[in-house]
Amino acid sequence: MIQDANFILLIVIVLDLYIVSSSRLDTCVNATALQGAALAFLPFALWWKQASSGEMIGLLLIGAGTFVVKSLLIPFLIFRSIREANVRREVEPSISLHFSLFTAAVFVAGSFWMASIVVFPQSPPASLIVPAAFVGVLVGFLLLVSRQKAITQVVGYLILENGIFIFGQILFKELPFIVELGILLDLLVGVLVMGIAINHISRQFDHIDVNRLDELKG
Amino acid sequence: MLYAILGSLMILCATPLAALFAGHRERMILGIGTFGNLFACVLGVSASLFALVSGEQIFLKIPWSLPIGKIAIGLDPLSSFFLVCIFLVSGLSALYGKGYFIHYQGKKWLLSPVFFFSFLVASMVGVVIARNGILFLAAWEIMSLSSFFLVTFENERKEVVKAGVLYLMASQAGVVFLFVLFTLLSRVSGSFDFNTFQMSSLKMPGLANTCFLLALVGFGTKAGFWPVHIWLPEAHPAAPSPVSAVMSGVMIKMGIYGLLRTLLFFGTPPSWWGGLIIGIGIVSGVLGVLHALTEHDLKRLLAYHSVENIGIIALGIGLGLLGQSLANPMIIFLGYSGALLHVLNHGLFKGLLFHGAGSVQHSTGTRNLDALGGLYRFMPMTGTSFLIGSAAICGLPPFNGFISEYLIYRGAFQGSFYFPTLWGLFALAIVPALALIGGLAVTCFVKAFGIIFLGNPRTEKTTHAHESNIFMVIPMIIGAVLCFVIGVFPIEMIYLTAPAADFFGGSFTAAEPAVNSLLMITYAAAVLFILIGLFYLLRRGLLRNRKVEKSETWSCGYPAYNPRMQYTAASFAEPVLAPFAPLIYSRIKHQKTPLGYFPEKAHYEKHLGDIASEKWLLPGIRRVVKILSQFRIIQQGRLQLYLLYIAATFAALLIWVLIKGGY
Repeated sequence: MIQDANFILLIVIVLDLYIVSSSRLDTCVNATALQGAALAFLPFALWWKQASSGEMIGLLLIGAGTFVVKSLLIPFLIFRSIREANVRREVEPSISLHFSLFTAAVFVAGSFWMASIVVFPQSPPASLIVPAAFVGVLVGFLLLVSRQKAITQVVGYLILENGIFIFGQILFKELPFIVELGILLDLLVGVLVMGIAINHISRQFDHIDVNRLDELKG
Repeated sequence: MLYAILGSLMILCATPLAALFAGHRERMILGIGTFGNLFACVLGVSASLFALVSGEQIFLKIPWSLPIGKIAIGLDPLSSFFLVCIFLVSGLSALYGKGYFIHYQGKKWLLSPVFFFSFLVASMVGVVIARNGILFLAAWEIMSLSSFFLVTFENERKEVVKAGVLYLMASQAGVVFLFVLFTLLSRVSGSFDFNTFQMSSLKMPGLANTCFLLALVGFGTKAGFWPVHIWLPEAHPAAPSPVSAVMSGVMIKMGIYGLLRTLLFFGTPPSWWGGLIIGIGIVSGVLGVLHALTEHDLKRLLAYHSVENIGIIALGIGLGLLGQSLANPMIIFLGYSGALLHVLNHGLFKGLLFHGAGSVQHSTGTRNLDALGGLYRFMPMTGTSFLIGSAAICGLPPFNGFISEYLIYRGAFQGSFYFPTLWGLFALAIVPALALIGGLAVTCFVKAFGIIFLGNPRTEKTTHAHESNIFMVIPMIIGAVLCFVIGVFPIEMIYLTAPAADFFGGSFTAAEPAVNSLLMITYAAAVLFILIGLFYLLRRGLLRNRKVEKSETWSCGYPAYNPRMQYTAASFAEPVLAPFAPLIYSRIKHQKTPLGYFPEKAHYEKHLGDIASEKWLLPGIRRVVKILSQFRIIQQGRLQLYLLYIAATFAALLIWVLIKGGY
């Protein structure tokens, strides 16, 4: 099962790189959805064998919740706001895609290095968990900082959150699943609000370019 | 008696809460507020007077859940004396406020002034009875903030908000020094309690000088020493009159109190402390009264007189300090008791004058001297009490201002005898300075009173003036009577300040012969009044059975006389100000002189301002703002940049943890 978990985490890392390098908005969102779906299976792969029956319900709930929210609902909401805000389907990075990909590669290497030297009180159940989590957080930040559109900000935020979700899996035994579900709910509401905000911004200013929000500055 | 004072503190805190329940019934809010504050002040005045007379010294410690602070409170003659001033002036202003704020009924929500007035008085009481640095600073901050909200009562006017912000900035800048002061002291002594401060300062002599300078700037900003007085002429006119009265009458004296309290932490002061404070006093006094002469706005004029009077108080303190360092108990007594008595006196007559200014403003709608005139006919009570207040502030006998200034004069003369040459000269310098201040103050109030109350109305509005309501008149009458009573019974008043002055090492017995000469003034005043009364009776007797006519002043036969031909405030002050021109910032704004031989339209406009603010402080502040605004570069309004900051912080923390190896 650990191999399965590592396989899932590998997919997640590769998807992170794929999102960084893709120039199409749709691709980004689809890849994010795919990442969400992959992550939905991660708790099972990690804890299936050790879980008691009570914890099993938690595992099922988290898995199902993650799948529904991250790979169905949120992509749906994003696509809807892309459609309604009538956004051009390009990513518009502020640094070139090649450079983004290069930076992300550096992040991946750095993450593996960090994972090798950081010592945890309890060893993580799968070897790729810590690097994958670091990659998620760093790539999420990279997307947030280097992309101009509000939609890509949402994607960056989701990637960041996925990284934190992976990290949380180390603590599955300690962390009540209700917390994970709470985070999911937060995420959903967050994306919903962002979608509405994006719609309003585009209606008001005819664009959703975050870059130009500084026109509001006094 | 501490418990009675705590009781009145409770009432002060409960009053605004009770007023909260009145909702929007404004009359009820004002009624509750006035009654509560007045009751607390009456209780407080009697309790603190009793404590002062009995020389009570009490200390009380109550545990507090705050980690660093303790509720350590206490009473000693110094605190009791300031408590008398606070409760007396605040009580009069609370009553005056009832009459003043009622005119805003329906226009503004009156809970705000009632609420913050109570808190202002309560926080001043807190400042005076606090015996712990943290408690002191907490009360000090509440005092600054509640007075800020009182200043900005008419916040729909732009200049009021501007003045309020300037005041807030000045008081926050001042409090920074106090934070440093108390932190320094507590680091040496290991606690924030005042009684440990006293011990600690003996250990480190170098500390004392630093602390003295910090206290001078920090407390001086509140008190209004030149050149950090710039907030006074802005904030006092902006505030409603009862608030100006409390702020100018007692709140700025909290700076004096703080300075005196800090001086008590250190044993014998070095002589230069006294010399420095005398220097500050002379500069503040002379420049304060000069700028008062330039003002046309009645309340700005009064605000500058506060600077002047703070200068006089500083002269007394400086003299007392010199006395302390040169071990002369008589001069210590004369200096400190003169300063303290002037604190009380200034509270009384400045409160009275601000109340008078409020009545004039309310009755005519303007504070501009050149728009007023002839008000005495319409407002005799206000006029008479304003006249008494003016005489008192000028230091004319037989009113109270004379008594305190006399003590300082007397101390200065004694100092020039007994001190070694250099410090003797400092003491001697007080005499001409005080005389100059007094003379200029007389000019200024002849101007103010003459232009406002005498002559003929200069504008249409002024002719509809009317006497203020009873709530506004009564406090003015009480204030005027008190000014007179203190002036006529000086020895009794000095008995009140004696315990506090003895606290600094003064000796009443040593100073008694000097003080007793004041009795002569009392007698002379009595003779003067009897003579005035006799002459009045004589005049009436002579005029009986004759027809008395009133008519305009003879204008040399010129028929087309109009009120604009009267002296204006500027024309009256100009010849007096002329020799002092280099000390005053002046700017000719708009000048159009007629050309050619025939008369045509001409225009001349000159603005007089304060060198401290116009030339130094405001440009300095502008430069600081310019430098600081360069930091706006990090505030770009770009979301990505902010996220980059977060990411950079995150990365820096990660790297730090990795390097430190503490994971």
